[in-house]
Amino acid sequence: MNMLAAAPADRRLLPEGRLAGPMPWVVAIMTFLTVLAAGAGIGLGNAASGLGSQLAGRLTVQIVEANPDYRERQVRTVLAELARIPVVTETARVDEKRMRALLAPWLGQDGLDADLPVPALIDVTLRSSEPRAIDDVANAVRAVAPSARVDAHAQWLGPLQGLLSTLRWLSLALVLLMAAAMAAAVVLAARAALVTHRPTIDVMHLMGATDVQIARLFQRRAALDALFGALLGLVCAALVILGLSGRLSAVGAALLDQGGLGWQGWLILLLVPVGAVALALVTARWTVVRALARML
Amino acid sequence: MLLADMSQKRNRLCAQPLYARAIPVRWQAHFGAAGPMTNIVQFENVGLRYGTGAETLSDLSFSLSRGAFYFLTGPSGAGKTSLLKLLYLAQRPSRGQIRMFGEDLVTAPRERLPAFRRRIGVVFQDFRLVEHLSAFDNVALPLRVAGTDEREIAEPVREMLAWVGLQDRAEARPATLSGGEQQRVAIARAVIGRPDLLVADEPTGNVDPEMAQRLLHLFDGLNRLGTTVVVATHDLHLLSRVGTAQMMRLDRGKLSDPTGALRYPPLAEEVRAG
Repeated sequence: MNMLAAAPADRRLLPEGRLAGPMPWVVAIMTFLTVLAAGAGIGLGNAASGLGSQLAGRLTVQIVEANPDYRERQVRTVLAELARIPVVTETARVDEKRMRALLAPWLGQDGLDADLPVPALIDVTLRSSEPRAIDDVANAVRAVAPSARVDAHAQWLGPLQGLLSTLRWLSLALVLLMAAAMAAAVVLAARAALVTHRPTIDVMHLMGATDVQIARLFQRRAALDALFGALLGLVCAALVILGLSGRLSAVGAALLDQGGLGWQGWLILLLVPVGAVALALVTARWTVVRALARML
Repeated sequence: MLLADMSQKRNRLCAQPLYARAIPVRWQAHFGAAGPMTNIVQFENVGLRYGTGAETLSDLSFSLSRGAFYFLTGPSGAGKTSLLKLLYLAQRPSRGQIRMFGEDLVTAPRERLPAFRRRIGVVFQDFRLVEHLSAFDNVALPLRVAGTDEREIAEPVREMLAWVGLQDRAEARPATLSGGEQQRVAIARAVIGRPDLLVADEPTGNVDPEMAQRLLHLFDGLNRLGTTVVVATHDLHLLSRVGTAQMMRLDRGKLSDPTGALRYPPLAEEVRAG
């Protein structure tokens, strides 16, 4: 913050034209978009990781057998076999009533008569999510129940998780692009300010002002403009994110519930304006020092 | 002795000009400690060329003594302003060697130049006051650039404004000042940093003869306190106003020095005696 401090006399050297130029508004728009992109990235990241932790190390054993007695024998055999495997921490058979409830939307109540054979399902939770552990369990199950089908949950939603991960990286790329665009806007603003204040700079230069002394005046002003714009952009983006969160909660989908920002996410979003101010300050200083270096 | 001398001269030049009062005590102490007479500026075969055109200045070789007074004359286009730019470090020469305050400025790294510039006061022909600053802030600018504590700025600036007769106009912006007042603010600004070298480009070009005479009196007073003064002027009448002044005449970028006195200056005591 010391780089922003200036004596009243130093502040008078450049006429205060704050908010008159486009820079605060450009920074506000950039920050708004950056916070939204970062928020989306964090939310998608949380969703992907939540999904992963839910699905990792879980599988379903499905025994498709028309003969109910034979099916029941196979279920008992499989449960006994699973109980012997150390990596298996929990097994739970999905009872028939629940199975019929799951099938009802597709088959209708008329299609679910008592004679309809319904496959038996066993939910299995493993201590490890390693593919090898899943393969070992699947092989052990198939050895005692050749008609059993073993489905790892991660395999079902793996593509979705991949999509979420891609979108998260895309969000990060957008944040970086936005930062680059904001830096470019600051460069243009600093150059325009240099032209506007050239007479003052020339006089100061000939009186023995160093490049850093002159640059300090510009970097302070750029940082203050950026601070205003960044805070405005953050507030607008936070309102949008809060509004969207409310709508997503109303949807009630489990996947969307995983995509919350959490306090860490909000903390990161609060750092966006700090980054914007730092970027504006450093860019303005670099631009002015480079321009002054062309003078004697 | 110096004060008495200044006082006599002031009485001779003008009745009661506010700005012609004695230099403030703090400046007397500074200038009085100027030290032995030495050459503070030395040019050796200096040439200056803008772009690819002909040389604006050619083969300039001269020395400026500490505490001496010089008039730089010559027709328009002779190169006076270009020479002054070399003196106040707005330009590097195309060739030759310039030593200032004992250091070679041609090869000096750019980072060293601000320290030298702080030892030079400049009165620009067009004043170059900062339009959005008050007269007070304009005069205070060199002190602020030099990093002087804000608490130590007000008093010397007010003294300096009083010295040039503008104590009542401290808060006025340049646009509200007359040409003569702007000129005096520019002079106060050039002097407040206690420069070793004062360079003035046509300082009397925009003022009436009486004001020109008074401004010259200010320069002479400063010079008598130890500052080396270089005044570029077209006004030949001014040359007789400072008895100890030497003349540097430029013509088509070349310096006339028929006696060699500019290249090998006599000791200042000899100059003053002459």
